[in-house]
Amino acid sequence: MHSFLDFEQSVAELESKIDGLRATQGMGGVDIQDEIKRLEDKVQNTLQEIYENLDPWRKVQVARHPARPKLARIIDRLIEDYEPLAGDRTFGEDAAIGGGIGRFNGRSVVVMGTEKGSTTEDRLKHNFGMARPEGYRKARRLMEMAERFNLPLLSFVDTAGAYPGVGAEERGQAEAIARAIETGLQLRIPFVAAIVGEGGSGGAIALAAANRVLMLEHAVYSVISPEGCASILWRSADHAKEAATALRLTAQEMERLKVADRVIEEPLGGAHRDVDGTIDRLGAAMQNALDPLVVMDGDRLRQQRRARFLALGQIESGMAAE
Amino acid sequence: MSWLTDFVKPKLRALVRADVPEDLWEKCPNCGQMIFQKELEQLHRVCPHCDHHMRLGAKARLDHLFGAEQWESIALPEVPLDPLKFRDRQRYGDRLKAAQSKTGLKDAVLVGAGDLGDVPVVAAAFDFGFMGGSMGIAVGEAVYAAARAAVARKAALIIFPSSGGARMQEGILSLMQMPRTVIAVDDVKNAGLPYFVVLTDPTTGGVTASFAMLGDIHVAETGAVIGFAGQRVIAETIREQLPPGFQRAEYLQEHGMVDIVVHREHLVGTLTRLVDLLIRPVPKQEALPAPEKPGEPAAEEDDPNRIVPVDLAAENGAGMANGPDEKAR
Ligand SMILES: [Zn+2]
Repeated sequence: MHSFLDFEQSVAELESKIDGLRATQGMGGVDIQDEIKRLEDKVQNTLQEIYENLDPWRKVQVARHPARPKLARIIDRLIEDYEPLAGDRTFGEDAAIGGGIGRFNGRSVVVMGTEKGSTTEDRLKHNFGMARPEGYRKARRLMEMAERFNLPLLSFVDTAGAYPGVGAEERGQAEAIARAIETGLQLRIPFVAAIVGEGGSGGAIALAAANRVLMLEHAVYSVISPEGCASILWRSADHAKEAATALRLTAQEMERLKVADRVIEEPLGGAHRDVDGTIDRLGAAMQNALDPLVVMDGDRLRQQRRARFLALGQIESGMAAE
Repeated sequence: MSWLTDFVKPKLRALVRADVPEDLWEKCPNCGQMIFQKELEQLHRVCPHCDHHMRLGAKARLDHLFGAEQWESIALPEVPLDPLKFRDRQRYGDRLKAAQSKTGLKDAVLVGAGDLGDVPVVAAAFDFGFMGGSMGIAVGEAVYAAARAAVARKAALIIFPSSGGARMQEGILSLMQMPRTVIAVDDVKNAGLPYFVVLTDPTTGGVTASFAMLGDIHVAETGAVIGFAGQRVIAETIREQLPPGFQRAEYLQEHGMVDIVVHREHLVGTLTRLVDLLIRPVPKQEALPAPEKPGEPAAEEDDPNRIVPVDLAAENGAGMANGPDEKAR
């Protein structure tokens, strides 16, 4: 069962017609087959029309789609012999951030990422992908493990941001994020990050100070949510659509600003229409990004990462807005 | 509503205003008492009635640290202005111009070099008056320039954040200042030089979650608000009242995030002592106690009870008593 976004209503209607026809298929003849075929083509055309013209605010909805690929599914499909690891060795285990060791296309790697969860129960367990300091400290542990065993590090980001709570503040949310960024920047191993859905502010960059940053086609990456931005600058969250446009948070803008190195095309109608197909494309892109990195020595990897971030937003990088 | 409140009172107020120029007095935002401007400047903007630490602008901050005209301004690089052509109800470009003419600054950070005691120091001071001290490309570049200057001069780096966080109007490029400033301060640390953060009111958001939490030593001014998430956001999320003193300097010290909470009156003395301790582990030759000093027994090198003469502390540039009154209030 699909869950449809507002602007996908025309697709929902077509698909429900198709389902209806299929239910009567036993009685019908060639006519029904033709009609189904005609409607299916129409679905494809409609999806193409909608998805080629997604405005930034619609991209935000797609990036937040409940059926977006989740960390557990990504790991399940891309990583063999996966062994999840837990805990920050200081305070606790934070299920908003998952990670562990396993094999990616035969090579041992360390994996980490935010997990939003798939069912209601699951989402609660993972705190909707919003991590507390323990989560970022666990991520840092995983980074250090990758460094110690000279393993590539793969990171998958899909989070609205770090969790805003009293306990999180008391246990040093800011420090935990700062240290995760610092550790990521210092690594002497290949580090590739992918923004899969939402790249929400500090909670995202904590896991994405990488050599290569990839983004799915309809993923977004932003310093603040459009709602948050609108409520501050427009004094009302109702202006989220305008804020999304002003923030230029789409993967395409990220590539133009060189914040993302590559945009990975999603299946027609978005990742939620073909999760496994999306994950396969993501895996291929991760491998492509990793190939040139695994032959570089540690100092160069660190140097490349540093240079990459220092170059962002500079006049000479030719980043004037169109 | 009466004739008295509607008409006479405003008239009276206008009269009073005409007699006493308003800028001679300033009202404490905490206790509401009126403070004579001159006195307030002498106290470096700490209320004499309630000890409330008002915000210092970037220039006032560097003047306080090094002494007026005792520091050299470090040139900051040109950066792309308004890279996203951002517009909300107002153009970002216009907001920038307004902030520039209001503060006389190009952006929210000033960088200066000078001496504390006789130890070279580079300091970067945020100005909350410039768009809430928010961090965009110019601020990130200023932090990076400060770090480079500290390394080049073999100086200690001190940063005084005062910031609401990232500058939204620069979108993702403001978020990218988090890794960029982390690289900057790590360069200072890798050069073996001390990096201090003085957390001043307020230090929040992406500024706290990057360079501001990575100091060798974290000093905070009394009462400063320091945190990651905004209090309103937290209150809306948890739907509970926040604990008393939440996100204040003293609260962060209790929770292990801040080393020293200090009253502004003692801030410069504390920093002077700290940079001296870390940059010069062995006292300077001329500062060593002279054994032939009359009236004092020569200090034995390995006598564990050896008393350090008082003037040694003065020579080291601390120049002030080491009493408990310097600690947090
Ligand atoms: Zn007061």
